[in-house]
Amino acid sequence: MVEQLVFYALSGILVFAGSMVVTVRNPIHAALFLVLAFFTTAGIWLLLDAEFLAMTLVLVYVGAVMVLFLFIIMMLDINLVVLREGFSRYLPVGILIAVLLGLEIVMVLGPSQFGLDIVPAPAHHGPAYSNIEELGGVLYTVYVYPFEIAAVILLVAIVAAIALSLSGRVKKRRGQRPEEQVVVNPRERVRLVKMAAERPDSETP
Amino acid sequence: MSLMLNDFLPAAPEIFLLAMVSLILVIDVYLPERYRLVTYQLSQATLVATTVLVVLLYPVEPVLTFSDSFVLDRMGSVLKVFVLLMSYFAFFYSKEYLRARNLFKGEFYLLGLFAVLGMMVLISGHSFLTLYLGLELLSLSLYAMVALHRDSTAASEAAMKYFILASLASGILLYGISLLYGATGTLDLAELRSAIGAEGEGRNVVLMLGLVFVVVGIAFKLGAVPFHMWVPDLYQGAPTPVTLFIGTAPKLAGFAMLMRFLVDGMGGLRGDWSDMLVILAILSLAVGNIVAIAQTNLKRMLGYSTIAHMGYMFLGMIAGTTAGYAASMFYIIVYALMAMGGFGMIILLSRAGFESDRLDDFRGLNERSPWYAFLMLVLMMSMGGLPPFLGFWAKWSVLRELVAVDMVWLAVVSVVFSLIGLFYYIRIVRLMYFEKPADHSTVAAPADMRVMISTNGLAILALGLYPGALMAVCISAFAV
Repeated sequence: MVEQLVFYALSGILVFAGSMVVTVRNPIHAALFLVLAFFTTAGIWLLLDAEFLAMTLVLVYVGAVMVLFLFIIMMLDINLVVLREGFSRYLPVGILIAVLLGLEIVMVLGPSQFGLDIVPAPAHHGPAYSNIEELGGVLYTVYVYPFEIAAVILLVAIVAAIALSLSGRVKKRRGQRPEEQVVVNPRERVRLVKMAAERPDSETP
Repeated sequence: MSLMLNDFLPAAPEIFLLAMVSLILVIDVYLPERYRLVTYQLSQATLVATTVLVVLLYPVEPVLTFSDSFVLDRMGSVLKVFVLLMSYFAFFYSKEYLRARNLFKGEFYLLGLFAVLGMMVLISGHSFLTLYLGLELLSLSLYAMVALHRDSTAASEAAMKYFILASLASGILLYGISLLYGATGTLDLAELRSAIGAEGEGRNVVLMLGLVFVVVGIAFKLGAVPFHMWVPDLYQGAPTPVTLFIGTAPKLAGFAMLMRFLVDGMGGLRGDWSDMLVILAILSLAVGNIVAIAQTNLKRMLGYSTIAHMGYMFLGMIAGTTAGYAASMFYIIVYALMAMGGFGMIILLSRAGFESDRLDDFRGLNERSPWYAFLMLVLMMSMGGLPPFLGFWAKWSVLRELVAVDMVWLAVVSVVFSLIGLFYYIRIVRLMYFEKPADHSTVAAPADMRVMISTNGLAILALGLYPGALMAVCISAFAV
């Protein structure tokens, strides 16, 4: 009984936090609501006996990822007016889709499909049960292939981030070189070339 | 459990490719700028060696490994060979283009190789987890490749649109997968198949909603109407070699994704998903063929043409027979070959500062270079589906399978739309042969590029005259 109350309380906060993330005006507030959503999710996972995952969620997402997010939002000078442009214009369509999706989910995920008689409640494990051991037992054996691909995806993310942010900024040029400027020859500076006609990049789609 | 050497062997091409990408990544960092060509050559050598490995491991019976999350079967091997071949051509075509525009960086080829790895993982995926991870590996590499040209606002905009819409599609696909998992409690395709039953005995409302989300997610990724909004903008905005790469090999991976999810996993629900594909196919044929007429940019026009061709590809899936799947596979391979030629021609005719991607740039091509005008003629006629060109046989094979299962009305509808579509392909031929050129410069491309594009065009011509061999390969991929 207490467990159910805790679950409903956490779920209520989670849904509230989730909807606040997409509706509040200030991106900082949105990020903080996302932190709240992560915390409540961790609470729900604790109810399911997934202690290790719950702790990791708080440590990694709240402790590292969201803090970085907050830094980035604070560093970028985000224009809130531009960000909110068209919000009211798209709101009716958005609400319509959200309501339809919500209805579908309520119809499908109700007790007729996922009642306790069809999907039994997970059994609780004793204090001797180790989450990490269970995870470690399958992570490098049963799931070794997906695990390695996930690692490759992270590698791609690193390569892509470096390729996109470092392009053309690696030139090291510190100060002037007077001796080179004095001995320069006009023929090295101006060169007449004959070339085929060009056209500016095609118009933006 | 422990992993033995035999468990790794079926995935040897993937493992080799990953090892080589990691090696090239390190080598590229230490290479001086003037030796950048080495990265390119190593990448091409890697693709060739991986192809050899895939061919050597061509299986008779499907082999499962890594706790059934990886499957090596004939369909997968054939598709992988074509993916590697197309990537080889795509890298080849891109070399001069990137050099002339100061974009010749190691990252282009590295990300390309990662994308190839993603496609191979996707093609061989046998659980939702590996299928999804393969798809993400492919997509992430492609987003970055589109955005690599930092100075071009069009490319950045295309990358942004592609990234946001494709992420949305991934979310939808994941939600569908979670519903399927909720309904059956498994991530494995074979277990899902037995949970559903051969005739859909285990069909329930949760499975149906999951199926809808999965189909929508895949349709987004393939760019089928009404989930096509990103395709034309991406094709036009991305640098031409990237468009070429995205328009060819990943389409084969997309076909594999369709086969794995719908046929291997949810074959029992065929009656349900084929109805959804009928809607997607008709809309794609209509929008792709009609809207393409209004385009003045060739890359954008080919984008709409992709949408239409995805519609044709669905037709074979709708037929729902083994022969139908083989026809779809034949279609998608043929389409990728033609798209490669089409974008290859745009690259061939372009030069630094001049993209040659407008229809008007092809005006009077016959006077400038009769040979390339002829190759373009072959490509356009083939895409339009005129006999005896290759595209005709592709269309004919899917329509034949459709008629074989008594869906004549759908075949008639698609023929009507391909007649409409023929108009914009023929318009290019008219521009090339019956108009005066605005630009009298001769086609200046390096010899190796000329040889490759001619090979590409002649291959389409030769396969059009003798389509039996390629068709036989596709049928044998599905033979039991």
